[in-house]
Amino acid sequence: MSSSNDNLFGLHTQALDLWQRRSEVLASNLANADTPGYLARDVNFKQALASASGQSDGLAMTITQPGQINPQAQAATQLAYRVPTQPTMDGNTVDAQTEQANFAANGVHYQASLCFITAQIHMLRTAITGGQ
Amino acid sequence: MSMFKIFDVAGSGMAAQSLRLNTVASNLANADSVSGTPEGAYRAKEPLFSAVQRALGGANNAEGDSSVGVQVKGVTESQADVQARYEPGNPMADGNGYVYGSNVNPIDELVNMISASRSYQNNVEVMNTTKQLMLKTLDLGK
Repeated sequence: MSSSNDNLFGLHTQALDLWQRRSEVLASNLANADTPGYLARDVNFKQALASASGQSDGLAMTITQPGQINPQAQAATQLAYRVPTQPTMDGNTVDAQTEQANFAANGVHYQASLCFITAQIHMLRTAITGGQ
Repeated sequence: MSMFKIFDVAGSGMAAQSLRLNTVASNLANADSVSGTPEGAYRAKEPLFSAVQRALGGANNAEGDSSVGVQVKGVTESQADVQARYEPGNPMADGNGYVYGSNVNPIDELVNMISASRSYQNNVEVMNTTKQLMLKTLDLGK
């Protein structure tokens, strides 16, 4: 059942999950806009989605010995640090305007993914009921 | 539903900013208070923020570090010098006729107030947006 779900909704179920996670990170950045020493972070969305959907560019590293660090376990979920445009004296790298813009865009993307899923459900329902 | 964490994070941010507003209010209210001793003079209070990791529900293996709330470490007092004024007629004056005013800088406080209110508004906006997105998610498929 889960594989047919994936086919029906495409990447959007995974994308929803990632948009949600990203909004969490951006909310943390905004909440800590005045915390000294806080470093703003973000999700590398393209890379995370590629690895969530099982397609990544380049050769992946593998484990040959037990006890080696598993590269698959980290790479995708790792958060990146934002490069500050205006360094502050207290070490905080949050730029409230950038975070606000990112948060708004993130919300719209989330809604777009929701719309795609809803459209698919409508299509399926139409197919089941024969358009009645 | 990891979106609930956003409410915690934004809520902690709002709590921290409202505490900052609170200290600004008490600093401004006491800007003109005087004391008979330098030790008793009012000193400007400043909150101390720090980031705190929210590991809720124990599921913090991969995404535990994604939500970071604000913690108020405490309230410190400004170490700037208090100003001494020669006012022999003041009933609070010490033996030499000096009273000691507060070290509150009203301009600093006003700037702090504006900054705190803007940050508070940011957090409110984050909460509103998140709430709308969650409600839309509940309507999925309708």
